[in-house]
Amino acid sequence: MPDDAPALMAPQVSVTLPTILLRLFPGSVRRLELPASTVAEVIDALDRRWPGMRDRLCDSTPRIRRHINVFVAGERATLETRLAPAAEVIIMTAISGG
Amino acid sequence: MTTKVLILLGTKKGAFILESDAGRRRWQQKGPFCETWPLNHVKADPLTATIYGGGGNEWFGPAVWKSEDLGASWSHSSEGLAYREGEEPIKSVWSVAPAADRLYAGVEPAGLFRSDDHGQSWRHVAGLRDHPSRPHWQPGGAGLILHSLVPHPRDDRQLWVGISSAGVFHTADGGATWEPRNRGTRADYLPEEQRYPEYGQCVHCLVMAPSMPDRLYQQNHCGMYRSDDGGRRWESIEAGLPSSFGFPAAVHPREQGTLYLVPLNGDIAGRYVPDGQAAVWRTPDGGDSWQALREGLPQANVFFGVLRQAMATDRLEPAGVYFGTNSGALYASADEGDSWRCIAQHLPLITSVETLVLDA
Repeated sequence: MPDDAPALMAPQVSVTLPTILLRLFPGSVRRLELPASTVAEVIDALDRRWPGMRDRLCDSTPRIRRHINVFVAGERATLETRLAPAAEVIIMTAISGG
Repeated sequence: MTTKVLILLGTKKGAFILESDAGRRRWQQKGPFCETWPLNHVKADPLTATIYGGGGNEWFGPAVWKSEDLGASWSHSSEGLAYREGEEPIKSVWSVAPAADRLYAGVEPAGLFRSDDHGQSWRHVAGLRDHPSRPHWQPGGAGLILHSLVPHPRDDRQLWVGISSAGVFHTADGGATWEPRNRGTRADYLPEEQRYPEYGQCVHCLVMAPSMPDRLYQQNHCGMYRSDDGGRRWESIEAGLPSSFGFPAAVHPREQGTLYLVPLNGDIAGRYVPDGQAAVWRTPDGGDSWQALREGLPQANVFFGVLRQAMATDRLEPAGVYFGTNSGALYASADEGDSWRCIAQHLPLITSVETLVLDA
């Protein structure tokens, strides 16, 4: 079964990951396309490709981590945000640290 | 046979490793590792030499890092390291403890996790948070953290944990049920008639005497204590110390009465070494008497502190003693504390110090 089987009928969207996340998952790539109809499905697909990536982006509430921002069409999104065909999903780290 | 001695540092910006031979005169420093994540505790399994680092990143959450090649490469996992949906999520890992065939992790907010596959996956030891006292646990200055993990050396069903500021708890059935073990320890921050509660004390560091599981020591927010019955009853051993306040405690690798502390000047007095003079305090007799060890330590204008997991001994003869400061300096003694040298400085805030001795 293909990795993205649960979302095969979903529209194809483009996803951009923060470079600092790539360092935590050897083999991961900065930009990719995958089928997803919500941000939650994007996270599911990323976690199937690179196990553990969900825990880095979402907490157990579950929701997107406080210092991670997901933008869809330029607007901050939640896990429930729906995606249009060819939507651009950009995952970024927010200002934090110390 | 060449003995290798490693000092494992957890810092606010990653793990560091210092390496020397049995002479412990020259040290080679490596790091930062773990992508500069804040690590609260870096500790090795002495049986496998696997190094574990528990921490949490503001962006990416909690994880336990692991290196099976003495720091050359690292991986991370938090699979299963989570409370149930809807509960307050775990912020960071505060302590790790290899124990026979398992690995324990203490987390914030306070709870206990166990891994049976060397840190690849975790499961919650729910019995601790099911204790009826749980709704009354209050956070200390660093949060509501499970920071001390003390496994019984021969009985894998027994484990002691220290939680700030819920106190010491013990399980004798592998974590299914827990008993508070705080009798005799003070809580100066409560009204006078409530100062010896069953739980709610602010334990800062809990350690066990070598090969003597009934003997425990704890540096508390409010005093220094010894127990000779596995924590059922605690006795104050703070007479002779310059302060009853401090964070770390480290036991000698062989002598059950020898303990090292770094008392600080007080919880609302700045939390640095008393009078601006650095000293490690050592007892040879279980806390009946104390001696200040100052040779080689700075004795003027010192305003650092030492955090709860930032002091350790090694198992060589004579024993090495090490402590790291919240100003990023690492001090070492190769003669049981009699004399000291600064072996690293300008590091990030040091959260933990552990050692690994390899006979190879």
